[in-house]
Amino acid sequence: MAELTHLTLAEARDGLRDGEFSATELTEAHNAAIEAARPLNAMVLETADLARDMAARSDQHIAKGEGGMLEGIPLAIKDLFCTEGVRTTAGSHILDNFVPPYESTVTAKLWQAGAVMLGKTNMDEFAMGSSNETSFFGPVENPWRKPGDNRSIVPGGSSGGSASIVAARAALAATGTDTGGSIRQPASFTGLVGLKPTYGRCSRWGIIAFASSLDQAGPLTRSVRDAAIMLSAMSGHDPKDSTSADLPVPDFEAALSGDIKGLRVGIPSEYRMEGLPEEIEAFWQQGVRWLEEAGAETREVTLPHTKYALPAYYIVAPAEASSNLARYDGVRYGLRVEGDDLIDMYERTRAEGFGAEVKRRVMIGTYVLSAGYYDAYYLQAQRVRTLIARDFLRAFEDVDVLLTPTAPSEAFAVGDKSDDLLAMYFNDVFTVPASMAGLPGVSVPAGLSKTGLPLGLQLIGKAFDEETILRTAAILEGAAAFDAQPEAWWETGQ
Amino acid sequence: MIQGASVEWEVVIGLETHAQVVSNAKLFSGAATEFGAEPNSQVSFVDAAMPGMLPVINEVCVEQAVRTGLGLNAEINRHSVFDRKNYFYPDLPPNYQISQYKQPVVGEGKVIVDLEDGSVCEIGIERLHLEQDAGKSLHDQHPDATYVDLNRAGVALMEIVSKPDLRNAEQAGAYVRKLRAILRYLGTCDGNMEQGSMRCDVNVSVRKPGEPLGTRCEIKNVNSVRFIQQAIDYEAGRQVDILEEGGKIDQETRLFDSDRGVTRPMRSKEEAHDYRYFPEPDLLPLELSEDFIEAIRADLPELPDQKKVRFVDVLGLSDYDASVLVAEKEVADYFEKVAEGRDAKTAVNWVTGDLFGKLNDTGRDIADSPVSPADLGGLIDLIADGTLSGRLAKEVFEAMFESGRPPAEIVEERGLKQVSDSGEIEALIDTIIAGNADKVAEYKSGKDKLFGFFVGQVMKASQGKANPKVVNDILHEKLG
Amino acid sequence: MSLDKATVSRIARLARIRVPDEDLEQLGAELTNILGWVEQLNEVDTTDVPPMTSVVEMQLPRRRDVVTDGAYNEKILGNAPDTEEGFFVVPKVVE
Repeated sequence: MAELTHLTLAEARDGLRDGEFSATELTEAHNAAIEAARPLNAMVLETADLARDMAARSDQHIAKGEGGMLEGIPLAIKDLFCTEGVRTTAGSHILDNFVPPYESTVTAKLWQAGAVMLGKTNMDEFAMGSSNETSFFGPVENPWRKPGDNRSIVPGGSSGGSASIVAARAALAATGTDTGGSIRQPASFTGLVGLKPTYGRCSRWGIIAFASSLDQAGPLTRSVRDAAIMLSAMSGHDPKDSTSADLPVPDFEAALSGDIKGLRVGIPSEYRMEGLPEEIEAFWQQGVRWLEEAGAETREVTLPHTKYALPAYYIVAPAEASSNLARYDGVRYGLRVEGDDLIDMYERTRAEGFGAEVKRRVMIGTYVLSAGYYDAYYLQAQRVRTLIARDFLRAFEDVDVLLTPTAPSEAFAVGDKSDDLLAMYFNDVFTVPASMAGLPGVSVPAGLSKTGLPLGLQLIGKAFDEETILRTAAILEGAAAFDAQPEAWWETGQ
Repeated sequence: MIQGASVEWEVVIGLETHAQVVSNAKLFSGAATEFGAEPNSQVSFVDAAMPGMLPVINEVCVEQAVRTGLGLNAEINRHSVFDRKNYFYPDLPPNYQISQYKQPVVGEGKVIVDLEDGSVCEIGIERLHLEQDAGKSLHDQHPDATYVDLNRAGVALMEIVSKPDLRNAEQAGAYVRKLRAILRYLGTCDGNMEQGSMRCDVNVSVRKPGEPLGTRCEIKNVNSVRFIQQAIDYEAGRQVDILEEGGKIDQETRLFDSDRGVTRPMRSKEEAHDYRYFPEPDLLPLELSEDFIEAIRADLPELPDQKKVRFVDVLGLSDYDASVLVAEKEVADYFEKVAEGRDAKTAVNWVTGDLFGKLNDTGRDIADSPVSPADLGGLIDLIADGTLSGRLAKEVFEAMFESGRPPAEIVEERGLKQVSDSGEIEALIDTIIAGNADKVAEYKSGKDKLFGFFVGQVMKASQGKANPKVVNDILHEKLG
Repeated sequence: MSLDKATVSRIARLARIRVPDEDLEQLGAELTNILGWVEQLNEVDTTDVPPMTSVVEMQLPRRRDVVTDGAYNEKILGNAPDTEEGFFVVPKVVE
């Protein structure tokens, strides 16, 4: 049974199809693994019985030869996706009793494709965070630890629970969301493939909104092929989402041709930041060589406004969030704290319901939109965003993909950065620019750091050209041959 | 102008009208818009601002806004943007309203307003934009609680902002009536102020002539023309009193208390609202093509001003009569059916005189008239062809209104056909002359007024059915 | 931009988040720190640069005017902390 949890999604898919094992067996193995992985605190809700029912149905479909793209595949779902009849919290106290009467479009597609839900994963509260330390349900632990050091390591954020549970091999894949790096950065910290598609590729309907112009759903998987399969299942135009792109969904798996001869790869010079750890620079160079060896041409490109992406993000995202989170007021759902009058109720509910980071960002957002400050902050940030997008467009006239590190460091210990806000924000320095431009990005594990923790490389592509970044990612994956696995310390109670 | 203690003050008024758009579904959600449903039965997850919900715009609401803009002779902005207006209120589920701030769908226009003295004035329209309506908060169901019904939350509203061109309550009333008529002609809003599908915020300030605009106060959600006028008069007076005592006007939001006929400040503990407008990130800008706009323009119905011109130029009605008829589309339509193929002036008199009179007496709308246009037309025909005398026609009309029956039936049943046969009438006249020899002598000796006596007698003898002209002619023949 | 306690208090009121007096200063310092950092955006010359509206060229999609939603009161009210006779209930608002 243990080997079943060590398959890739593609292998499991093929195994089910070929009758090597049943969906029920596959799901039982994962239910057990989820239970064993509880020390990671990666799951907010386990749905073992529901998973069993779904697996049983999958077995029926498979028996009739009617399996969908993900038939019988057990997945973990970030608790930002509304799942009908299944509690959804966004990692927050203010929603800790919310049971959605509707299913998000992305998860509906997954169930329609035959997937099985193992449970909802822990996350930074309202997706605001880069280490999964802001969740009301407590921090998530990275399955990876530094050898000889049993301090808890963060999995990255905000999709920390999704990353952790997949890296721990208790789910074949998971959904995450990425607003400024929340899929890619945890993928880098946990040795996974994490993909943020182009803005508009996946529907946002039913995903609890953080920053409307930036949020995107995407997969966290253990291989590029798995990410391609998940992306095909998750993508597609949704008439209920006015920002959803009305474009056909390519067969992303078919794009993994293994051939990148003549591919032009750009290396943005501005990402070579002051203080960038040597070994990350080394992996980056290694990535360049891997791609050149596979027949790609690499060249330096310039994205002059790179350094302004992070501050611009920390104006735009909180501004949108301050408005998106106004609905959490104790009136129609979620936590209500009684007050002397209506305003008192609002104020107490939100004070008690939101954690510190969420409150800070809502306050920043409220401030930058307020009278007298809108032009200087929000408007300026949106203009800078246009310049960032133009930088990418110009670069993409000469190259097809960009190669950068995913994160400026390896994973750090729980508590190490939580007092330094700006240091925490800096985790997203390489992922935020692509978010601001709405472009697709994927993180691929490149290897282990000197201290034994995973490091990832990021590929950024043109709008709606996930195929090229996936194809290229597969090359990096092959070259890196990253087969290290975290020691399952949680199973032995360390 | 209003007269203060020693000087005259000019009153400056601007109206912001919120008009609910006629559409089946809401502006950004597919829930129904019908009035009067069970609480929270016409609410989608989007309207309730549940987590993860997103807006999608209703194409008919866009059309209705453009149609209204064209009806207001206004600029249609090819590019417009939706913005979030952020504030907290229990009947505003997301705690922001999707509205349009700096780039509305419709720009400047104008409305021609007819005043009672027959003059017209042109009132400028500043802009029209689309926005969501809020739900309803009921404060009187419970001593400590407010009940919230979200059925109305998300219904499309057109906010129509006038320029501050109005100068008195009469103009304001006439403007609102004209605006309402235009909206009803266009079919873009039903203008039902009692139900709240059209409501006005009234901005009032005063100044001495020639001086810059004074500080204005906004009186919110006034839902009848009468109250609008009362509110203006009260508020202007209040402001003049303050200024004449040396005080200054605080810019405030006020409510009109219709029971006491006064405006008072809203008792909100809020400081001035900071709405933190920013472009709605869940929606792209609205781009309108030329084809889209022209298709709507080509399909516009005849509007009151055009109809009035046609009534005057083509049908030969007076300015006044035409104004009265076009004020309500139903009236104009009714009149046109009656007037078709008949004398327009006659039709006007019957519609605005007799019919309106009876409708007013019985508290009815023209839509509930028991007399159909066809039947009223029939009555006019009977007079014109001599079957019915003018006087008896009034009687027949009464009976028609009471019973809803056609005129011919009533005339037949009551035997009211006019008698025009000169032989019959001559015989009647001879009888009367024979029986009133003294009056005949008096008349012949110079008392001309007695002619009326003889006419009266003939009419009486004929139960009113004698054709007056024939009576006149024969009497003159016999009496001189 | 340095945020004093009064400003923090005003922002908290706008955001409807109760911040106890004793926390205003700390919160103000944190926010001032962040705002000070984002201020570097003013270095960028954005003359004639339009604000970003969308990632790709797209038309605002419009839907047909058909009733397709609503009529599920129980679902709408199902998560509410307080309801009465089909209404949401909140503490009284004073107009």
